[in-house]
Amino acid sequence: MKTVKIGYLTRVEGKAELDLTIDGEEVKDLKLKIYEEPRFFEALLIGRSFEEVVELTSRICGICYVTHQLSSVRAVEKVLGVEVNDRIRLLRRLIAIGGIISSHCLHLYLLALPDVLGLPDVFTADPKLLVKALRLKAVGDKLVELIGGRGVHPVTIVVGGFTYTPPKDKLMELAQSLKEAKKTAVESVPLFSADKFPRFEVDCERVALSNPEEYAINEGRVKSNKGLDISEDEFRAFIEETQVPHSTAKHSKVKGRGSYMVGPLSRVNLNFSQLSDDAREAAEASGFKFPSSNPFAANMARLLEVISLIDEALELIDAYREGPVRAPFQVKGGSAGAITEAPRGMNYHWYSIGDDGLIKAADISPPTCQNARRVEDDLREYVPTIAHLSEKEIASRCAMLIRAYDPCISCAVHSIEVKVKKL
Amino acid sequence: MKLKVGVFKFTSCSGCQVELIRMNEQLPELLNLVEFKYWAMASSKLEDGPYDLALVEGAISTPECIEEVKAIREKSRVLVALGDCAVTGGVPSIRNWMSQREAETIVYPKPGYIRSTRVYGIDEYVKVDYYLKGCPPRLENILQVFKAVILGVKPRLRQHSVCVECKLYENECLLTTYKQPCMGPVTAAGCGAICPNVGRVCEGCYGPMSDPNVASMVERLREIGLSDDEIVRKFRKYAGMSKPYREVAKL
Repeated sequence: MKTVKIGYLTRVEGKAELDLTIDGEEVKDLKLKIYEEPRFFEALLIGRSFEEVVELTSRICGICYVTHQLSSVRAVEKVLGVEVNDRIRLLRRLIAIGGIISSHCLHLYLLALPDVLGLPDVFTADPKLLVKALRLKAVGDKLVELIGGRGVHPVTIVVGGFTYTPPKDKLMELAQSLKEAKKTAVESVPLFSADKFPRFEVDCERVALSNPEEYAINEGRVKSNKGLDISEDEFRAFIEETQVPHSTAKHSKVKGRGSYMVGPLSRVNLNFSQLSDDAREAAEASGFKFPSSNPFAANMARLLEVISLIDEALELIDAYREGPVRAPFQVKGGSAGAITEAPRGMNYHWYSIGDDGLIKAADISPPTCQNARRVEDDLREYVPTIAHLSEKEIASRCAMLIRAYDPCISCAVHSIEVKVKKL
Repeated sequence: MKLKVGVFKFTSCSGCQVELIRMNEQLPELLNLVEFKYWAMASSKLEDGPYDLALVEGAISTPECIEEVKAIREKSRVLVALGDCAVTGGVPSIRNWMSQREAETIVYPKPGYIRSTRVYGIDEYVKVDYYLKGCPPRLENILQVFKAVILGVKPRLRQHSVCVECKLYENECLLTTYKQPCMGPVTAAGCGAICPNVGRVCEGCYGPMSDPNVASMVERLREIGLSDDEIVRKFRKYAGMSKPYREVAKL
């Protein structure tokens, strides 16, 4: 029996390690151990005012704060019966787009690209490429900041809408940078194309929001390639969570079936026809064929979303008019849930609020919890195909596959330690 | 010689590191002056110390964190608490006012698998050289610390309250004019008064300023109609475990 301990494998958000024992081609034991320190958000929200939920749940994640704010604000508004106007919906979509562009670019260029380039990080990559890539990421950041008042943990999103209206001319200025940034995104297609990643196909259930009106981000029905078609209110009736001893992240599965994948690949697979023309053209050039059953295609799906969402942001900025962005409401009790698409997939928030406006119970299921079980299932199918390789190579391929999910492990950053044990 | 830097993370959301990455296209310039020896989020190259500068994000909430932060301290010349969680426990410390068992049972069906302690800032366990307050600290303040350590001087971090910055932006006072519960008078500056600038009260996300008049703030909040419960919640948010707030956070 051989035990190999391979140092820290990194460029993943959150603390986790992978335990793997292989006997020949057979996977004897496989555990994605998530040991991120728990922060008990569902507990610390209890007794807090409904107005604080957006502010506090933002702190679940320093990368996808926008989606946590938008899921939570929509859930609270459903409880209170708040109707928001089109201007608010537009700004929410625009800030969500900013958040996705920023997060996707962070993942693509800083976390995933070193795998493609064979480098430990992008610090040693071509500085020209780095500057261009970070300038692309910066337009996402700037979009969030203009609408949200701050980049990380925006401050303007409140129950009922926004505390202020961003000036149209500032957004128009940004439109110029968005056009420049899009060129970088399109030029990047060869960096993340099919020939850069392993060929590995796996059949699984891929779940995402879907909306006939638009490429679903903030609103839609929950659909899958295996026939799931439910409203966000039915989420808990169809998706169950279990706790496993080796992880502080709970595991999810579709009731009566099994693990499922959420995230950019699920979204692009399900809603491909709603991507912009240039994004679909880029897909054609990438060598991946969508719908794709290769989990590594998630990187290309991210890039396609960046291209398509820049196109859409330009349209939204054009259509945007300054004006009131706050709906009135009265406090009342009740419970409701809402789902938005985080960069990494569906993000479910549910709250029970008392008549006094204080939170009585919360149920939050971020995408990485939903994906955790699927990542293990993918690895179980992938490892036998690479079992002949060295322990080091197996570890690095496994990390690459885990990375393709862009786990935001407890929506945090640390390291994945991969331990491979060959029997 | 480039400055040897380590970036470490404990119980937190990583927002402070993401703020650092938001230097975006300035990053290559910084890389001319510093070398990241350890930054797990951004690099697979993880080198053991010594570090000239350690940026530590996150609160301490498990027995393992305590050992790790002590080990980082031993290897680091200048150690900086990066953000509220590292400074005072931050948002995760809100749970310190409920029983550990209760928090675990609410979130996990089998809490026996979970190992956690009360949540503290890192200076509960190690000496901290500089405190970068904020949730998250503003990028220019983080870069101020880089500059200072490179030059071998003390960083100029603001000690006064948010009100000073608010005045610079010529905002109308939300607390006195509009009777809104703004925490600006007791909150450390550094954010640029971003919340009053976009029409909302300061929630205190930079934690206490130096020597805040907490008693007077409490009195003022009572005057505008806040209940004791509401006041406690305001002080038990980003810095409930800080020395100036601990008393009133119990109220």
